[in-house]
Amino acid sequence: MRVWVALAVLGFALAAGVGARLWFARPAPVPGPEVVRLEPMTFRHRLDGDWRRDGRPVDPPRAELRIPAPVWIMVRPVSVADYMACVDEGACGMPSGPRGADLPVTGVNWLDANAYATWLSRRTGQPWRLPTDVEWAQGAGDLFRDDALGIADDPANPAVRWIAEYEAEAARSRTRDRDIRPAGTLNRSGTGMRDIGGAVWEWTSTCLRQVDVDAQGRVLRERPNCGIYIAEGLHRAALTVFVRDPKSGGCSVGTPPDNLGFRLVREGV
Amino acid sequence: MTFTPMTRRTVLAGAAIAGALSQVHAVVAETKEVLTPVAASAEGLPRVKVTLVDPPFVHAHEQVATSGPKIVEFEMTIHEKKIVLDDDGTETFAFAFNGTVPGPLMVVHEGDYVELTLINPETNDLMHNIDFHASTGALGGGGLTQVNPGEKCVLRFKATKAGVFVYHCAPPGMVAWHVVSGMNGAIMVLPRDGLKDGKGNPLHYDRVYYVGEQDFYVPRDETGAFRKYDSPADAYDDTLKVMRTLTPTHIVFNGRVGALTGDSAMTAKVGETVLIVHSQANRDTRPHLIGGHGNFVWATGKFHNAPDTDQETWFIPGGTAGAALYTFEQPGIYAYVNHNLIEAFELGAAAHFKVEGDWNNDLMTQVLAPTAV
Ligand SMILES: [Cu+2]
Repeated sequence: MRVWVALAVLGFALAAGVGARLWFARPAPVPGPEVVRLEPMTFRHRLDGDWRRDGRPVDPPRAELRIPAPVWIMVRPVSVADYMACVDEGACGMPSGPRGADLPVTGVNWLDANAYATWLSRRTGQPWRLPTDVEWAQGAGDLFRDDALGIADDPANPAVRWIAEYEAEAARSRTRDRDIRPAGTLNRSGTGMRDIGGAVWEWTSTCLRQVDVDAQGRVLRERPNCGIYIAEGLHRAALTVFVRDPKSGGCSVGTPPDNLGFRLVREGV
Repeated sequence: MTFTPMTRRTVLAGAAIAGALSQVHAVVAETKEVLTPVAASAEGLPRVKVTLVDPPFVHAHEQVATSGPKIVEFEMTIHEKKIVLDDDGTETFAFAFNGTVPGPLMVVHEGDYVELTLINPETNDLMHNIDFHASTGALGGGGLTQVNPGEKCVLRFKATKAGVFVYHCAPPGMVAWHVVSGMNGAIMVLPRDGLKDGKGNPLHYDRVYYVGEQDFYVPRDETGAFRKYDSPADAYDDTLKVMRTLTPTHIVFNGRVGALTGDSAMTAKVGETVLIVHSQANRDTRPHLIGGHGNFVWATGKFHNAPDTDQETWFIPGGTAGAALYTFEQPGIYAYVNHNLIEAFELGAAAHFKVEGDWNNDLMTQVLAPTAV
């Protein structure tokens, strides 16, 4: 577990400075993917990031949040067939996951996902991008998993939290479904968004942040790490931008995700 | 402490031949040391039957023998079966002593007779045998134990060397393939008076774990995905090609990536002493306990040599079992790895210890938690 952290820190060092910028062009529009609309509404959400109190890791707080503007989020993750169209046009890198056309595309890194968003934006004439952590969570709705450990830290014995984290990870992997299901077939949240929390984790546009709080929970310092992004799934993972196969190298918290894919959002009407 | 073990054994062997058969508890007056008694033959010795348990656990045994030499009976059935190596579902065919990769750790004392019944069920396809590195003669017993499907045999050998030793299948012409199909394990031959620190002081363990490290060579298809086969025979040609690259696709502890992690992590408590027996029947390895040490280490596993002390990493040559004794001093999650970290974290050679107890601030303390510079 500690080693995952070390790997991620190393990965961040390598990736620091890598920034991807969305680019929107205006070619002839083509029909876009099926989407559902997420309206701004207040909901309670376990915040993302690595939070520390007195230098020791703690669960992030839950907070009342709302997305700033309505967005349209893809009902299904981007499929292999969807993604390969971009590869065929030379605009996206080759994915390393299984190639069944109806499967969600996997084995894509954060840069691949952004390249696809750029390509899709050009092809549809609409501004597509990765969702934020909060947008994804609102779409996942009742199927979003609160990944807090709920462990009281023992200041005299740091191993208490290490062992609790370890046992929580072991419990998670006990019931884990490792098969990638065809896009759209796994489950459906109250908002209409499908395929939440299976064998595929999904990239977001949210950087991993480190937040230091005081005993009252007041934020003392917040620092984003924009070489590492949050991926959503059974639990939140934080991965460096260039990781396609998370099993070998690149997860900072929790058990490494099984597979990496993504879905996109677009803003506006 | 002027007697070497060899001298003691030689002297007593003479005594035994002269008729003082077995049950010999000789004591050197000055040192009060229990000598290793030796029987001239297995005839008439008491028999005990051991039920083997699956690794990483080890069957109940005495650390210091409380009686003279015995015939210790073991039985192992050979399984040919498909196993899954990782969470991706990568499959390979394993040949498994007693059904596990590695085979179970057998424990006897120096001077005991090991009597193994080896069963190759009718349902298997291949001939197998067993070569005990702890034994003497007949290719380690391999020449006397070739059993075809539907056959069994019984081998008895005298455990004359103290230490942890590899055993493995060694069918003529196919030794490497059987060994890298998981067909190996280890036996621990304890000195009758238990483990010593090299200065004559006894060493004791509260728990013992057996870690069997195994390199696998799984062929890939044109797309780079691991191939699946219908039978070991179908897999043979392709597997041999991968073996000849000397580049394993998996290096794992106890048959599977992550087999000794999570719910199956090894456990201990602060203050407990753990003996870790580690075998690698084919390839070199270099165990390391992240955050701990090897307090007493027999890297090549032979107990009549003084153990190395306070080791960080120890080297076990391929075809050898080693043993390391450590007393945990801090709680937490420890990774026990092959410290070629590519082999540990990319190919699978990593296990965990979950250790509960009180934190010792004197040994380590976080003087300043991570904070802004
Ligand atoms: Cu064999």
